[in-house]
Amino acid sequence: MTALRVNGVSKRFDGAVAVDDVSFELGDHELLALVGPSGCGKSTLLRILAGLLPTETGTVELGGQVVDDGRHAVPPEGRRVGLVFQEHALFPHLTVARNIGFGVREGDRAARVGEMLDLVGLAGYDGRYPHELSGGERQRVALARALAPRPALLLLDEPFASLDPNLRSRVRDDVAAILRSTQTPAILVTHDQNEALAVGDRVAVMRAGRIVQIDTPERVFHEPVNRFVAAFMGEASFLPWEVAAGEIAGIGDGAAPAPLAMVRPDDLTFTIEPDGAASIDAAEFRGSSWCYTVRLPSGGTVRSLQSHLERVAVGSRVTPAMRPGHVPVGVTDD
Amino acid sequence: MASTFGRRWGTASWSLSAVVAALLVVVPVGMLAASILRPSPDVWSQQWRTRLPGELVSTAILLSGVAVGAVLLGTGLAWLVSAYEFRGARTFGWMLILPFAMPSYILGFLTLSTFGRTGPIQDTWRSWFGRDAWFPEVESLTGAIVAFTLVLYPYVYLLARAALRDQAAGAYHAARTLGAGPTEAARRVVLPLVRPAIAAGAAVVMMETLTDFATVQYFGVDTVSVGVFRIWNGTYDRNAASEIATLVLAFALIAIGLERIGRGRARFGQSGGAAAGIERRMLTGWRSWAATAVCGGVVVAAFAGPVVQLTIWAVREQTGDRGTPLLDQYPGYLWHSLQLVFYTVLICTVVAVAVANARRFGGRRSTQLASRAIAVGYAVPGPVVGIGVILTMVAVDRGLEAIGLDLPGFVATGSLLVLVYAYTVRFLAPGLSAVESGVGQVPEEMTASARTLGAAPLETARRVHLPLAKASLFSAAVLVGVDALKELPIVLLLRPLGFDTLPVWVFNLASESRYQQAALPALSIIVVALIPVFLLSRRLDGASR
Repeated sequence: MTALRVNGVSKRFDGAVAVDDVSFELGDHELLALVGPSGCGKSTLLRILAGLLPTETGTVELGGQVVDDGRHAVPPEGRRVGLVFQEHALFPHLTVARNIGFGVREGDRAARVGEMLDLVGLAGYDGRYPHELSGGERQRVALARALAPRPALLLLDEPFASLDPNLRSRVRDDVAAILRSTQTPAILVTHDQNEALAVGDRVAVMRAGRIVQIDTPERVFHEPVNRFVAAFMGEASFLPWEVAAGEIAGIGDGAAPAPLAMVRPDDLTFTIEPDGAASIDAAEFRGSSWCYTVRLPSGGTVRSLQSHLERVAVGSRVTPAMRPGHVPVGVTDD
Repeated sequence: MASTFGRRWGTASWSLSAVVAALLVVVPVGMLAASILRPSPDVWSQQWRTRLPGELVSTAILLSGVAVGAVLLGTGLAWLVSAYEFRGARTFGWMLILPFAMPSYILGFLTLSTFGRTGPIQDTWRSWFGRDAWFPEVESLTGAIVAFTLVLYPYVYLLARAALRDQAAGAYHAARTLGAGPTEAARRVVLPLVRPAIAAGAAVVMMETLTDFATVQYFGVDTVSVGVFRIWNGTYDRNAASEIATLVLAFALIAIGLERIGRGRARFGQSGGAAAGIERRMLTGWRSWAATAVCGGVVVAAFAGPVVQLTIWAVREQTGDRGTPLLDQYPGYLWHSLQLVFYTVLICTVVAVAVANARRFGGRRSTQLASRAIAVGYAVPGPVVGIGVILTMVAVDRGLEAIGLDLPGFVATGSLLVLVYAYTVRFLAPGLSAVESGVGQVPEEMTASARTLGAAPLETARRVHLPLAKASLFSAAVLVGVDALKELPIVLLLRPLGFDTLPVWVFNLASESRYQQAALPALSIIVVALIPVFLLSRRLDGASR
């Protein structure tokens, strides 16, 4: 069964398109990472799903029931969709326990609050107020509050953006683990591609109101549908396919030709040869590795990641080649 | 599913309630303005032959005189306490807003009783220089201008001071580093930057002067507002009254127009960051004494002196050999005032809460428009509100009759309902702006969180918005309540027979020159009116620290 089915949803603000004909489905226990540059419409899409904004066209189905068809929309309080915000939006006048219990009916409130506090590892925090919590603790209370009413779908809008970087990856892993343990279908919005790759069962890449690609993290990273997805999901160089096939060993064979060849730094290696056609243009130290900029005879450049033990002088002549096992990827320009 | 009706229906019902609230305010003004479309020539020709020309001239002179006086005094004092350090500068900073608590109809009769023909000053004057020694006529336009200026300058003072602190300080320092001396920087940079604030203050001052038709009567000045009052009280001819009241509305529109011109293309805006204000220059020697004397003089003339005089009178009256007849009547007047205050606060707060929440749950454009329309109510002069409400209620009465609902006395001119409605039109604006700022500070995300946790709009308002906006609800109630307690013109115009409030009592006694007896009710009004002034002064100090 599908938890969520979005079909042809569009939304404009004062004529400007914010969400443009978006369709996708979300599996029952799935965690989807929705990623894209700021202003691409991801937050608007989330608000439509939550019922905070009505859609203009298309339909939104939750658990097989249409909740918005462009004419009638079930209000947010009737949807059982949880929402976690970047700033957490905890109610400052309520204790942790009453924040978490806000959406739970009187009868099983106390039990549910206790359960949730245990789940997020904050047992004993019942009586505290939001201003007495650290950023990470607030994040967990916000998650517990959203999960307490047993939502049919959980939406997280940049939930880690307000945390400092040290804390961020740990909280992120905790949250992903909690979502998996409760088997709550969820959509996590982020503008950080690493976060999307690390957390999502699938990743949806959005641009200018459209979902350009929705697939597993590996395929989105390694088989991007176009140059935009390829560049957004990770560092990459792009060369006309013919040029790349002629100048980098290993590209010509195998893959079907495409307009552009995408070369990620970890795809490319080189050997130092005095009569190599290419040369090292620049070297950038990245701690565990060196990243070399390789200038090809045609004038284009590609980057190559090497172990920090490999030290190559700038100006050296080299012959570039795909690393064994790395399949060259063809993408369309845009 | 918890919901039986769609989101759009819910949105529409919130928008609708905001629009209805705005119509409550707009309709009376519209009804009044529309009366000019069916002019009655005999009323106009009769008025034009008798009082009207004089009233128009007096109104114009009074408004411009008070505006100029309040701008000079308010801006000057604001500059003095913002730019200079002298004895008591900081204390005067907040003491200079004390006249906010002094209604003009109280300062007016004190001015007359002190400087008037029979007052102690003229007595002394004549004992020094002889019986026929010249003394400026106090019971005159000039006297009224001075009294209004002393009561109303704080509006200009407050806005100019805030502008000096928030906007002008950075530019002033920049001008100084570019080689301008303090005076040159003030003239070339500070004054133009503060000008919009001064213009806004002057507009408020003119509106407040225009709304009055009580104080001016002490001074024997006939304005257009007095004309409306006289026609209504003398003849109960609502057509004639409403047509003359359109002239009051015209003066109000002119005041708004002048503000637009005075403000020019400049718009209010905060320069942001830490507004430290202008560096204060130390005044020394006689300059320091002079600054202290000017500020002290204003505080004494506009507030401290009157309060002392009233206290003396009140004590003398209660300890006199006539006994204390006043104290027996006091509860009756107080009861009437409290009834008015209670209903006005109740209605204004409830409507303000509904409109402030509608801005969250309703349509964006319609609710914003509604809230702006309500804000206009505060600028509509009392006579316009009063006569407009009468016209509206008569129309409602006729409408009810037409559909067969005859409620005798329901809108009879002078019912408490009419009075409370008029107060609501006038005082909903300050209440709404207080509640709106409170609800506006609740982040949108918090509203969204509550909604997705299953709370419908009403429940969200009750469980999230109201607890978080509690303080602003309280200040809304205080602002509206104190305004309603102080209000004189509207109640004079619309009160049911025998329904005398504390201000009416003061006015009646003062009109009969029974100043000593008027002291006790006057003092009680001032004491209550001090509450919002102290709230305001705390905010002033907090901001300048």
